[in-house]
Amino acid sequence: MPRSEEATVTQALTRKDFTSDQTVRWCPGCGDYSILAQVQKTFPELGRKKEEFVFVSGIGCSSRFPYYMNTYGFHTIHGRAPAVATGIKIANPDLSVWVVTGDGDGLSIGGNHLIHLLRRNLDINILLFNNRIYGLTKGQYSPTSEFGKVTKSTPLGSIDWPFNPPSLALGAAATFIARSVDVEGQHLQDIIKAAYHHHGTSFLEIYQNCIIFNDNAFADVTEKDTKVEHQLLLEHGQPMLFGKDKSKGIGMDGHHPVVIDLTDGKHSIDEILLHDKTDRMTALMLSEMTYRPEFPVPLGIFYEIEINTYEDLIHEQIERAVEKMGPGDMEAILHAGHTWKVK
Amino acid sequence: MQLTGSQFTETTGIVGNDLATLPDYPAEIRAPAGSLAGVSSYQIQFGREDIQTPGDQPDVLVVMNPAALKVNLPELRPNGIIIANKATFNKRNLQLAGWDTNPLEDESLGEYTLVSIDMTMLAEKALEDLGLSSKVMARSTNMFALGLLYWLYDRPMDSTFNFIETKFKSRPEIVEANKRALQAGYNYGRTTRLISTSYTVAKATLPSGTYRNIMGNHAIALGLVAAGHKSGLRLVYAGYPITPASDILHMVSNYKNFGVITFQAEDEIAAVTSAIGAAFAGALAVTGTSGPGMALKSEAIGLAVSAELPLVLINVQRAGPSTGMPTKTEQADLFQAFYGRNSETPTVVLAAATPVDCFTMAYEACRIAIQHMVPVILLSDSYLGNGSEPWLLPGMEDLPPITNSQITSVNGEFQPFEITDPATMARSWAIPGTPELEHRIGGLEKDAVTGNVSYDAENHERMVHRRQKKVDVVADHIPLAATFGDEKGDLLVLGWGSTHGAIRSAVERVRGEGHAVSHLHLRHLNPFPKNLGDVLVRFRRVLVPELNLGQLGRMIRSEFLIDTILFNKVKGKPFLASEIEAKIFEVLKETKDA
Ligand code: SF4
Repeated sequence: MPRSEEATVTQALTRKDFTSDQTVRWCPGCGDYSILAQVQKTFPELGRKKEEFVFVSGIGCSSRFPYYMNTYGFHTIHGRAPAVATGIKIANPDLSVWVVTGDGDGLSIGGNHLIHLLRRNLDINILLFNNRIYGLTKGQYSPTSEFGKVTKSTPLGSIDWPFNPPSLALGAAATFIARSVDVEGQHLQDIIKAAYHHHGTSFLEIYQNCIIFNDNAFADVTEKDTKVEHQLLLEHGQPMLFGKDKSKGIGMDGHHPVVIDLTDGKHSIDEILLHDKTDRMTALMLSEMTYRPEFPVPLGIFYEIEINTYEDLIHEQIERAVEKMGPGDMEAILHAGHTWKVK
Repeated sequence: MQLTGSQFTETTGIVGNDLATLPDYPAEIRAPAGSLAGVSSYQIQFGREDIQTPGDQPDVLVVMNPAALKVNLPELRPNGIIIANKATFNKRNLQLAGWDTNPLEDESLGEYTLVSIDMTMLAEKALEDLGLSSKVMARSTNMFALGLLYWLYDRPMDSTFNFIETKFKSRPEIVEANKRALQAGYNYGRTTRLISTSYTVAKATLPSGTYRNIMGNHAIALGLVAAGHKSGLRLVYAGYPITPASDILHMVSNYKNFGVITFQAEDEIAAVTSAIGAAFAGALAVTGTSGPGMALKSEAIGLAVSAELPLVLINVQRAGPSTGMPTKTEQADLFQAFYGRNSETPTVVLAAATPVDCFTMAYEACRIAIQHMVPVILLSDSYLGNGSEPWLLPGMEDLPPITNSQITSVNGEFQPFEITDPATMARSWAIPGTPELEHRIGGLEKDAVTGNVSYDAENHERMVHRRQKKVDVVADHIPLAATFGDEKGDLLVLGWGSTHGAIRSAVERVRGEGHAVSHLHLRHLNPFPKNLGDVLVRFRRVLVPELNLGQLGRMIRSEFLIDTILFNKVKGKPFLASEIEAKIFEVLKETKDA
């Protein structure tokens, strides 16, 4: 349980309480609108006082997010939101701190801060809006753009290999890794709630459509006629099924995951893997499906384990120091070591 | 070597001498033994009078190998005493140090008093029945040398005995070895009377009170903790390891029982931005580094200026551009502190003058940052950070109060960017967690009252002026400039930072000869003290010695249209008082001839 989750509100909040008076300025049709709406709808249900939420962002389209939330907010500088959020959380662990970032902000210029936040495991929630493009600077390829992508800065195609965000998070020892999609309102709300309740850093990648510079980047998982074949909705303890009438699933062929067709008469549901979100190998397998067209796109919680948070350990050390040495005595430390008197 | 030096310093303070020290060591942690690059030294001046510097030219040089002699000989005063461990002057070491013949045996050191002793053998003999490895025995040679010096200067050894006992508590054989070597050195001096006289240095006439020796970096750490204590705010110190500032991080980390939080960040940028986050959350936020780290932090400093958050940045300057000479001293980051950011991004700039002043100015930096809701840059340098001097300990009640603009409620609508106190130009500091005061801040230009994003032309110009004014009003809350010596005269020597001791000694000497020369040392650089212009015009000439190519000197020229005389040294070493003295005489002569 987050430290101050016990602090419940007396008066029920509504979506309106979390809506600021600022006009939202994303392009019409931008996926960010939906994400903002899901957050504003979810927050009243978290049962937490409004003044305890802090939104921190860097630079980019997504990073305008804090201005639209009627909570405490800090729109910082490019890539640095995880570090600013770390400072806020260690100074006051009772706050619920949210980082809003994008693929450029979080994975390119701010990549170092992101991995170190994950490694330290502060109880901070990261919403990474992945649109696989630089939007605010008008359309350059990003660290999640596909190889060969033609953009203004890569007229002959990008020659960078993309990052795989969940694998990166796993490599950085994240304790909560999940993925959702801007247009899947209910799913996104559920995952936001789960991220909030996770005691530790939550890494939530949200596929977000940039209608202007990279439209339909995630059409497979968002379009009505294709998504059923492409969304693998993860549920802890449940078989990894997908496709129309859940007719397909993920099984193993020796050491390799494969898609099993349950309608061909040769396979049974017993061969389908059960999702175990506490298992790192499962998480790795799921995250490695990311750029593999032969597999569906996993959505939901890939991985979740609970260990100590950084801020808990910091404050425990302080408590222990006080127990051992007594509360700080300024005169004593000034006079520490060898002193002498001059008359 | 650094340990031997610090022990001698400790003891010298205890016997009541005033002192100043200059440790000097290579950047390489384990440079090849015996090589010139590997020489580590420790210089101390002490005496009965008020000591301002570690001394221009030592009277006594103790060398433990030929390389140390090669490197330090040029510094020794003519006719000075050399005490050498002759056991190390073998062919290989001589070659490594670049001596063709053994200087202890040829006549080349004729002008000095040479005392050549086989310290290795003597120390080994004293330890012979302990059954120690030759490596451990070799290490105790430094203790032998220290014992010899204790005899030479008539100092008690108890404090070093105690130190040895605590430091090697778990290894009784090492305690015994070091104590014996120390005693052996002392006894050797006494029985052989190798040097004709042993010196007794009388106590200095220092103001009465309780003293301890303090290094600049440690004094900064204590100043920060004291500011946290006095202000009632939680101190959050974020840093990234960098020479010569890391010691501040180490030392602050020892005061966790004060509720202090230290955070070793993943890089310099994370150190400053996490501090900014802590400031937003209501803490006394500090980050410390050296020049290259400051360069990395500059964009974030702009954010703190724009968001009007209190933040203390400490730059323990080191020498050279890029990586430069990390363990050597320089004061060439003044322009960086003033101007090293995009756009009009003024910050308050302070500089500590002496190791003890590091405490006062660290506290002062916190006071100004919190009171005015501005970032404050405090400049120290490698020489101050590692140098030490006796400190007349202050009482907590002597420190000025630190007020802040935190609020818990407002009448009517909350305006996050409204200036609520025209005297300090602080905005309200509304801390996350406070009901009804939810607001958003950031690096985009903000409306001067609501804090909402604004691209309005008039508002932007108003905000640029306001950020400048926030720095300017600090001048109403700092002491006026006061000269040492007369308020007017032929020459004012104007300094800042660690040149204080060398300038003061030089000015004292020329004043002693009846010249109308005064010293003004700036500790508040941005803004300057309000009366600075008035003080400067009362002197015929203004000389500005700096360990850079003339940064303050140029600022004074452009600000006050005074034709300052620049006097610069960039060798990675502090000024000698004699260098400044010679320059003063040169300027006095020119002025008279003119
Ligand atoms: S550029 Fe793209 S990501 Fe940015 S607001 Fe417009 S649609 Fe959204």
